[in-house]
Amino acid sequence: METVTITMKNPPVLYLEAEHVCPDEFAGKTAAQIAELHVYEGNTKSTLGKYFEVSGNAGATAAETKIVVKGDVKRVKYLGMKMSAGEVVVEGSTDLYAGAWMSGGKMTVKGDIQAFAATGMKGGELIIEGNAGNYLGAAYRGDWRGMSGGKILVKGNAGSDVGMYMTGGEMVINGDVDVHLATHAEGGKIIVKGNAPSKVAGQMVEGDIIIFGTIDVMMPGFKYVDDVDLEIEGTTAKFAHYIGDTGERHKKRKGQMVYGNLYQKI
Amino acid sequence: MTKTVTDVVCPFCGTLCDDLEVAVTDDGKQILDVYNACAIGAEKFLHSQAKDRITRPRFQQPDGTWKETSYDEAADYTAKMLAGAKKPLMYGWSSTNCEAQSMGHEIAEMCGACVDNTAAVCHGTTLIAVQDIGLPTCTLGEVKNRADTIIFWGCNPCHAHPRHMSRYSIFPRGFFTGKGHKSRKLVVVDPRVTDTAKMADIHLQVTQGQDYELLNAFRVAFKGEWLPDVVAGIPKEKIIEAANIMKAGRFGIIFFGMGVTQSLGKNHNIDEAIAVTKDLNEYTKFSIMPMRGHYNVTGSGEVLAWQFGYPYSVDLTRGFPRYNPGDTSSIDLLTRGEIDAAFVIGSDPGAHFPISAVKKIAQVNSVCIDPHITPTSGVSKLHVPVAFVGVETGGNAYRMDNVPIDCRKVVEPPEGMLTDEEFLTMVRDRVKKLKGVA
Repeated sequence: METVTITMKNPPVLYLEAEHVCPDEFAGKTAAQIAELHVYEGNTKSTLGKYFEVSGNAGATAAETKIVVKGDVKRVKYLGMKMSAGEVVVEGSTDLYAGAWMSGGKMTVKGDIQAFAATGMKGGELIIEGNAGNYLGAAYRGDWRGMSGGKILVKGNAGSDVGMYMTGGEMVINGDVDVHLATHAEGGKIIVKGNAPSKVAGQMVEGDIIIFGTIDVMMPGFKYVDDVDLEIEGTTAKFAHYIGDTGERHKKRKGQMVYGNLYQKI
Repeated sequence: MTKTVTDVVCPFCGTLCDDLEVAVTDDGKQILDVYNACAIGAEKFLHSQAKDRITRPRFQQPDGTWKETSYDEAADYTAKMLAGAKKPLMYGWSSTNCEAQSMGHEIAEMCGACVDNTAAVCHGTTLIAVQDIGLPTCTLGEVKNRADTIIFWGCNPCHAHPRHMSRYSIFPRGFFTGKGHKSRKLVVVDPRVTDTAKMADIHLQVTQGQDYELLNAFRVAFKGEWLPDVVAGIPKEKIIEAANIMKAGRFGIIFFGMGVTQSLGKNHNIDEAIAVTKDLNEYTKFSIMPMRGHYNVTGSGEVLAWQFGYPYSVDLTRGFPRYNPGDTSSIDLLTRGEIDAAFVIGSDPGAHFPISAVKKIAQVNSVCIDPHITPTSGVSKLHVPVAFVGVETGGNAYRMDNVPIDCRKVVEPPEGMLTDEEFLTMVRDRVKKLKGVA
């Protein structure tokens, strides 16, 4: 695997839209060619090389390319967008849409990420060592298909609207989440090791949510069924099992109504 | 002698009353009195007659004083500011006509600007929800003639849309509602005991920030599923009683306002309220309608959607329209420091945005187009006063139910004053030259 390192040397005054910082775009290019890829600051088009120092050539394909992003990229959007293979490592924190629509490969952010990360994610792995923002793994505005595959790990906390319209894949959040976890979810699995304040799984059709901490206000559409023993990520514990959202539409499978499952640790 | 102008349209709130009568002097230069309007609407007409009104553009000097300038110089400054910026924000649009909005969008497209209207802090969340699950709605005429179950959720029309209840929702005797308010059931959902709530048959005093839970409880109640004893501060029995009233009517409507669109849950509250409306159509006919605030905020959404495909928070910086509130919405753009010029028209973000966002307007180059002196004009580098739309110039506006109504010109503006559209045309022509567009 070849490594391309890009280091911020000229931070933008406004915000930078750098959707080409992605193994698929870098593949087969030399450092000089990568520096020529375009970026936008507002309505002004320029090159990646104007803001970043680029060193190292990319591999022949995306799968053979690793990108390391160094320096302050807190004002850079779209890092790793639409990546299908290879690896992206962001050494600090980054802005909106990190790993949005990614379908493969691995992206690691060592700091925090802002909203809309992993929007419409289809596959691959996203690891956030700090905190995540709102709309993690959610659908793009107006779309009814959020995250549909892949894995997300957040070592810190996440914001609101996490997993909105999620249809598949798995998400683990080691800290707390804000309101509207998995609203409209139609599949997938979310594990929250911390707390969720309220509006958990509203309008949920299908899928699994596991909360280790507290839920301040439970949705009225969630009905207690029974207590179950579950093994989650190596921890075995007793969970209260709720089904819902009973106000929402649900499919029947083999004559049985299919509900969303919410498990809360007792 | 005086003359009376009839069928005047009121340019204040989204109810857009079209039955006002205004007495003016024979020379058509001064308004003497306004009839049929509510207190707020009448004040809008009479206020335009103020003797101390600003009638020429003015630049703010570094010491905070103002220096008068010409419309030509003001248009030069505005065009240079917008054409030279990397990411200008063009915000407001809700208190001007559709013609001016359309002209402004032409400028925005040439300059690669972000265009946003007051829905960003108002019913923008409604528009997100509508895009997510659709909107079963109707016109206010249908409400007047058919509706027998009225729900006001998180809104207070007694004070915010004063003639809404007398013209459309509660009191009028329509074709199938001959008994007026006696034939209508009124349900109000509000954490406060407002004047609207005092008129209600049922007032559900919901816990603040738990509208989403209560709406969800209604959907559960319609399906006859298990409910907790108390939801959002309302006992289960009362929720079921209200659910039965909704189901029993012949034609129902939910009107909703800022209480649900801008409290915790935001777009999800409206999403769930629309789902409640959808569910109720299993039993009877039900509609839902946002109580739009500014008289032409609906029009701004219509014109933006017609021209760019999205109703607010449109980002044109890359030459094609993009839309994602949270990224392209005004407050986020301002507080995150994403923009380098601010252009405000027909709105007052200085009074309604968080202080961190207002500070940003004060830091960058800024133009405020507004007939009044406002907190926004106070922090702007250039203030361009214009004629009042609906009083001193006509133009098209959209009522809250998306019905377009042509406003009427009642009096002449003070001598030499331009309208929004005229000033924006001057700016558009200058931007064309600066950008080298034929």
